[in-house]
Amino acid sequence: MAETDGQNELSHRQLAKCPTGITGMDEITGGGLPRGRPTLVCGGAGCGKTLLSMEFVVRGAVNYGEPGVFMSFEETSEELAKNVASMGFDLADLEKQKLLALDFVYIERHEIEETGEYDLEGLFIRLGHAIDSVGAKRVVLDTVEALFAGFPNELILRSELRRLFRWLKDKGVTTLITGERGEGTLTRHGIEEYVSDAVLLLDHRVVDQIATRRLRFIKYRGSVHGTDEYPFLIDESGFSILPVTSLTLDHAVTSERVSTGIPRLDGMLGGQGYYRGSSLLISGTAGSGKTSLAAYFADAACRRGERCLYLAFEESQNQIIRNMRSIGLDLEPWVKQGLLKFHAARSTLYGLEMHLAMIHKLANDFQPATVIMDPITNLSIVASLNEVKSVLMRLVDFFKNRQITILFTNLTHSGELEATTLGVSSLMDTWLLLLSVESSGERNRVFHLLKSRGMAHSNQMREFIITDKGIDLVDVYLGPGGVFTGAARLQQKAQEKGAALATQEELERRRRVLDRKRQIMEAQVAALQAEISAEEEELQALQDKSKLQQKTAGEERERLALARQADSPEFKEGE
Amino acid sequence: MDEPKIKELEDALKERETGHYVLRLYVAGLNRISLRAIENLKKICEENLQGRYELEVIDIYQQPVLAKGEQIIATPTLIKQLPPPLRRFIGDLSQTEKILVGLDLRPKK
Repeated sequence: MAETDGQNELSHRQLAKCPTGITGMDEITGGGLPRGRPTLVCGGAGCGKTLLSMEFVVRGAVNYGEPGVFMSFEETSEELAKNVASMGFDLADLEKQKLLALDFVYIERHEIEETGEYDLEGLFIRLGHAIDSVGAKRVVLDTVEALFAGFPNELILRSELRRLFRWLKDKGVTTLITGERGEGTLTRHGIEEYVSDAVLLLDHRVVDQIATRRLRFIKYRGSVHGTDEYPFLIDESGFSILPVTSLTLDHAVTSERVSTGIPRLDGMLGGQGYYRGSSLLISGTAGSGKTSLAAYFADAACRRGERCLYLAFEESQNQIIRNMRSIGLDLEPWVKQGLLKFHAARSTLYGLEMHLAMIHKLANDFQPATVIMDPITNLSIVASLNEVKSVLMRLVDFFKNRQITILFTNLTHSGELEATTLGVSSLMDTWLLLLSVESSGERNRVFHLLKSRGMAHSNQMREFIITDKGIDLVDVYLGPGGVFTGAARLQQKAQEKGAALATQEELERRRRVLDRKRQIMEAQVAALQAEISAEEEELQALQDKSKLQQKTAGEERERLALARQADSPEFKEGE
Repeated sequence: MDEPKIKELEDALKERETGHYVLRLYVAGLNRISLRAIENLKKICEENLQGRYELEVIDIYQQPVLAKGEQIIATPTLIKQLPPPLRRFIGDLSQTEKILVGLDLRPKK
């Protein structure tokens, strides 16, 4: 059996793997645990060793039809069944279906008296019997080190353990052996020495009072595997392990554009909104309207009939709904229709990795088209900036891979407006900046579109106005006096209007003056003309008079000449 | 000490000397150690418990379910079922003194 396995291994480039069925585990191991070999799972108390191994067996039975044996040295079968019932594992039912065999090995030191040479054949027989009874392919020994408490003769015990692991390998069963972590060693009694194929270390670390579970493959002989520490979480559906970094940057992209819910903003984004599956960042100072803007995005998504996941780290669902109502946005119907899902949790509720795991899980369960995280700045409370950045990077990758649009809000402080405190801006495709600008005794919100990859977008500042009717983006006043917003903008407008009015008035006045002048002139002209015509008349009169006189004088002369018997007029000399 | 208590104690002592022993020896096949254990145990019983013991040798290869039921891990394992308290001895039973003490046949030193 072992030989044929060996040949199979040779024929494949990598050794055969046994899928665990545990979320994420098969991804980081490239397919699962080494098939037919023992794997050591070690870690401190309460780090999840038993649960991991139980899930390995149960998933094997349920998902892969591989029956398993769980040999417990610490908990009775009843206790085990009770402990894992909360995860939906029905051990009794699996036992009935012959998919699982449980065996509780009880060792009571004070009952045992050593009286010479012995071996642990009893354990072998029990295990062999359990394996044969269900045809097991998977075996768990939890925690085999308990034997050290029961059997003082370490020499015998160690050689028997070595024999046990060899025997399990020969049986071709994939085995998980758990071991409590010791001081300076992986396990208290150094059993890692006998398990040379794969060693998995579980860790439950508390940093700044926040606990994070992590696991790492210390060793995985004959296989490529991730060597990083992977965070994991244990919840009602069992283990979830998250690959820390997405290995490639090759997610599919779409050129589908989606509305932001604010027509004016769509207009600034090349008239069509943002790209589906892109990452957006709204950064801004306190009270600059980040959440309101985010709520509009959510509302727009729901209006399209898409699901939206809203992760709130500062406000509760009810508070957000109430507050958004005050700006004319009712999110409640969307919640009722199941399109909008809030997940409100303080960032300090659990560690960063746990948050990440939680978000993954929520996204996987809810399948949203848009995810909003409001605000990401709060995460820095629970971890260092680098860690937060790495988590956000992973989140962006995770969502982009699924073509889920991700919207982050980020609180910035004045003075570093164009720098996100977390240094994530480079991860973002579209970056909206909201500022609260103080001028003439008031604060006004100003909106910038700092960047938007892959589309023509407006470089203009806008005034961001929140009223009880909703959000609006208004052109700011740009003039020789600078940029004005709010009352200053209105004042400037009024001033301009006033100035225009004054000019108008001045014009009127001038016109009136001119008119008057014209009238005067015309009057003068008329007077002059009257004078002239008077003089003309006088002149005429004079002319007429003189003509008359001349005529009269001539006639008189003629009459005189006639009277004097002078020459006839024909002979008159030139007078 | 009052009368009934003393009587009880005396009975118990008498029982110890005359009481009936039920012993079970679990072995994994008849290998070298198993045979040695059986031999050693028989000797002890013959010398100390003649006529008042019941010994059953069980091969857990034949009855693996018993191994689970009786919590057998090491072989050979000798279980003293009666008289109480229940005791387990593991090994080839070559350390006779230890066994006699464990079987309450010799006081602890």
